[in-house]
Order: sequence, then C-alpha cells, then structure tokens
Amino acid sequence: MEQIFFYIFSILAIISAVMVVSVRNAVHSAFYLIVCFLQVAAIFILLRAPFLAAVQVFVYVGAVMVLFLFAVMVLDIGKEQFKEHLHTQAIPAIVTVIALFATMGYLVSQGRITVPLGKFTEEALSKNTEVIGKSLFTQYIFPFEVVSLLLLIALVGAIVLVLKEKKGKQA
Amino acid sequence: MVTLTHFLILSFILFSIGVAGVLLRRSIIIVLMSLELIFNSVNISLAAFSYYLQTLNGTVLVVFNITVAAAEVAIGLAILVNVYRSRKSINVEELNDMRY
Repeated sequence: MEQIFFYIFSILAIISAVMVVSVRNAVHSAFYLIVCFLQVAAIFILLRAPFLAAVQVFVYVGAVMVLFLFAVMVLDIGKEQFKEHLHTQAIPAIVTVIALFATMGYLVSQGRITVPLGKFTEEALSKNTEVIGKSLFTQYIFPFEVVSLLLLIALVGAIVLVLKEKKGKQA
Repeated sequence: MVTLTHFLILSFILFSIGVAGVLLRRSIIIVLMSLELIFNSVNISLAAFSYYLQTLNGTVLVVFNITVAAAEVAIGLAILVNVYRSRKSINVEELNDMRY
C-alpha cells in the first residue's frame, strides 16, 4: 500500500520536475514547481515527518513560490522566454548529468548501513513534532539562533539590494 | 516495502534534473527554480536517512535547510531584480562581465 503511494508521488514529482526545466514559459515552470513541492511534502509524510511536510507547504509553496511568481510578474520576462533556444553547451551538460547520476547510482548500490540505529523508532516518531521542537530548543539552540540571524540578514539584504538601485535612478 | 534505496534514487533523479536545469536553461529565474529542486532532493535524502537510521538529526537539518533556502531565494531574487533593472535582460549568457 505504502509502495503504491510512494510510486504515485515520486512519478508525479519527477514528471513535474522535468516540466519545470523543459517548458518555455517561466510562469508555467513556477506552477509545475509548486506541484513538485507538494509531491515532496507527501514524500515527507511517507517518511513519518509531518512537521517537515507542513513546513514544506508553508515555506516553499506559500512563501518561496509567491516570491518567484512575484518576480516573474514584476519583471515582465514572459515574452523573452519564447526566444530562448538550447544552450551551446547542451551535449557536455547532458553527458555530465548522466555521469553524475551513474556515479551516484553505483555508490548507492554498493552502500550498506553499518552505523548503529538510533532510539527514534516508529513509535517514538509518532510524536515527531514534539520531539523536533524539544531538540530545536535544547540540543540545537545555537544553530537555531544563527539561522534566525541569517534570516534577518537576508531580509535586510534583500531590501537594501532593491532600494539602492531605486535611489540611484531618482538621483 | 519501501526501502532507503527507493528514496535515495528518487532524490538522485530530482538532483540530476535540477543540475540539468541549471546547466541547460539560460534564464536566471529558471536557474533559481532548478536550485530549489536541488534543495528539495537533498531534503528528501536527509529525511530518508533520518527515518531509516532512526535518528532525528536529519529532520532537524532539513528545517535549517529550508530556512537557508528561503534566505537564498530572497537574496537571489533581489539580485535578479537589480540585474534586470540595469541590463534589461536575464539571459545568463549576456552576464559575462566577471569572466576571466
């Protein structure tokens, strides 16, 4: 049963990912990317991480994709997309990607899990969100603070980057 | 039974598609979307390792990863807006001032 759902979600994710990189219109790619993110959220549910699925939907589908669509809309780049033709480096790029995929597939087929398993079994993970919250505020408190600082820097940086150009234009 | 290998192979397929998008497309906004695909594939493999090794480290790392991805997109799109304002183009092949 779980396998059927895994294959449904992963095939949909792969199809929409291929569409993201192959369609011409940037708005269509953004919508295919939303479909792909939702499938990845479903995959997180299969991995018993409902908190990650919720964060994925909120942050990616809610914030990141709105930002992307906003950028596409503001910049009005829909028109020049249609003139795009294939890269001159298409063949080396495809060879690189296939070689990368073959290497990763070979390594994963050779790999064996040898580390001892941790204490978070299926039953312990049923309270996944609670456990994540506890460890975020105890064991991982320093990275948590660093990441909040990083978000603040990104916020200020984005505003400064966009404002400076505006001031230069008015002057 | 869905094993760790299933999730890792899904993650690798998505990663390869993302790398192909970065290398093949010429508009910056599609390149940024492909970067998001790569972020997502890495998140899948972290969450899969976390589940199959029965630890919580990978799950917590995914939370941080999503935060960093959000910050990266905000800065990346701000730079994109600036580039478009000064060049009237978002074609990566025309942005070669820093080459050599």
